[in-house]
Amino acid sequence: MNETDIGLWGVPLAIIGGAIRVSTPFLLVSVGECLTERSGRINLGLEGTLVFGAMSGYAVAYQTGSPWLGVIAAAIAGAVFGFAHGWMCKLSRVNDIAIGISLMILGMGLAFFFGKPYIQPVAPDLPSIPFGWWSDLPQVQAALRINVLFLLAIVVAILMGRMFRSTRIGLMVRVVGDSTDAARALGFHPDRVRLFSTAVGGALAGVGGAYLSLYYPGSWNEGISSGQGLMAVALVIFARWNPVSCIWAALLFGGAGALGPALQSIGVTQGYYLFYAAPYVLTLGVLIATSSTSRAMAGAPGALSITK
Amino acid sequence: MAIIRNTTRRDFLKSTAGIAGLATLGAGLPLTSARAADLTVGFIYVGPKDDFGYNQAHAEGAAVVKGIEGVTIVEEENVAETVDVQKSMESMINFDGASLLFPTSFGYFDPHILTLAPKNPDVRFEHCGGLWSADKHPANTGSYFGYIGMGQYLNGIAAGHATKTKKIGFVAAKPIPQVLLNINSFLLGARSVDPEITCQVIFTGEWSLAVKEAEAVNALADQGVDVITCHVDGPKVVMETAAGRDAFVCGYHANQQPLAGDKYLTGAEWAWGNVYTDMINKTLAGESIDNFVRGGLAEGFIKMSPLGPAVSDAARNQFEATKAEILKGDYAVIKGPMKDNKGNVIATEGQGFAETDVELESMDYLVEGVVGSTS
Repeated sequence: MNETDIGLWGVPLAIIGGAIRVSTPFLLVSVGECLTERSGRINLGLEGTLVFGAMSGYAVAYQTGSPWLGVIAAAIAGAVFGFAHGWMCKLSRVNDIAIGISLMILGMGLAFFFGKPYIQPVAPDLPSIPFGWWSDLPQVQAALRINVLFLLAIVVAILMGRMFRSTRIGLMVRVVGDSTDAARALGFHPDRVRLFSTAVGGALAGVGGAYLSLYYPGSWNEGISSGQGLMAVALVIFARWNPVSCIWAALLFGGAGALGPALQSIGVTQGYYLFYAAPYVLTLGVLIATSSTSRAMAGAPGALSITK
Repeated sequence: MAIIRNTTRRDFLKSTAGIAGLATLGAGLPLTSARAADLTVGFIYVGPKDDFGYNQAHAEGAAVVKGIEGVTIVEEENVAETVDVQKSMESMINFDGASLLFPTSFGYFDPHILTLAPKNPDVRFEHCGGLWSADKHPANTGSYFGYIGMGQYLNGIAAGHATKTKKIGFVAAKPIPQVLLNINSFLLGARSVDPEITCQVIFTGEWSLAVKEAEAVNALADQGVDVITCHVDGPKVVMETAAGRDAFVCGYHANQQPLAGDKYLTGAEWAWGNVYTDMINKTLAGESIDNFVRGGLAEGFIKMSPLGPAVSDAARNQFEATKAEILKGDYAVIKGPMKDNKGNVIATEGQGFAETDVELESMDYLVEGVVGSTS
């Protein structure tokens, strides 16, 4: 047949392409949540932040004609949600998980409300860099069209890993996250550190939302996220609170999600509902394989409410 | 200050109670006197009414009937197929005085409409897509739908002429009869141009899953599919992604030309405005609406988007000729000899299923040439 027919090679290519296309929101949200959780708080509201970021990014990009302003707006909106979470959790006897869930619902509700007029208009997309120029195959070129935000997310993850390991700020976040009392004894302000960690985490989730609405799939509608924010929060545990591991976890999830459509496209059509469950089966498998009774919560920050 | 506030609140309550009372009274009156009074019609959508898809098609229909004198429209969007829709319907009946309701989503019927219909015998519930039967369902409910499979057949003709790889693709939500009929019709339309064409189908499993729909389009494009259509609630993502991958697209539900530009060949659209106008005029005139309403191109239930610039003259001629045949009525897309893609015979020589055949509404197979499976 013709030269563009790649047959079975479509599956690994789709998985690689899908991993790159789909993983970015997972990565941004999970890296942000990593920071928040390392400081000792859980922000379950990131699904709402993601959706609100998607909406605000799309709206601003449409109004101004610049997708980059959209990304900035989404980051600011995300940071505001993070601040709200951080500030409320500072109050005594407030549960961060409950606040997170209510912020998630609030974020989605506000996004649906303000996003109403932006469902129909078409906003400009974020540009991507064609890393597949060396190949003649349009499929390879399409798979390797990489968005700047994906590269940015990887850089952020690596830098955050370095920060935790070998900088003063990283150490401070870790101390605050492991023991509130020890942090106070050292003269840190646990609430302030957590406030900023949650705000930065929210900002990253907002950018993740902008990726959804401004690049892939590249339009705003109310079902845009379909739970990716929640999954990303779970990815943090999967990645053992290590930002660099978040990269692999996110890529794995993105690639596994592309498996279902790719297999159907080459004619493996039976049981596609099972293939769609692949990411979750994979998670269970990896969690079981890496589990251990002696270090079940290895890497978990000590002050996290789930470990207390 | 406090006294003033109290009075206004009391006034407000009094007047709203009065309005609500009047409205219920209006709804309770028999239709003969409702002709003199106003008719309030309620539309309920499962998603946003500007989604370039299923809900937009219905909302455009609602916008058409807004102009009819004496008719008031109330609309509510994003109503889930749960007890939420019962609350929406009850509020439209009790507070807005609606006596004709169009809860448009498939999942609204059972059990939600079936719960409310016996309690509100004076309200007419018209449901899109379901199968109404006299022995099972209340008399004040009804079902309406259009033969949009014919539109997908015409889409297939345009696709068959446009494809170079002889592979066309279909992004589908769930393997229910209406979707399967659309997939089969799309392929058979293309095969009327060239019998070697195959249609690759990808089921996403949900009516609206943006990321999975985009992945499905990418997977199809990777396999060399160069014309793509879909049956999901909001085709925006499919259209934009496919056009971005340089594939031609055929629309569904509403006109998606603005999303795909020159890549847009044509599209199968609903024309609910005609259907709603007819039903409302009948209600205003005191006539009854049939419980089971169906129609196709000829009856004005569906329409085709204008052909795009990429459609060749040969394609245009075949498209128009076939459309003229369909308009005559009794056109059969599924006709023998025909097998499904597992090799079972679905129609023998000389056997045909015309568009009006109710049997088509319980379709459970994909025809030969469709690459995909229903489970």
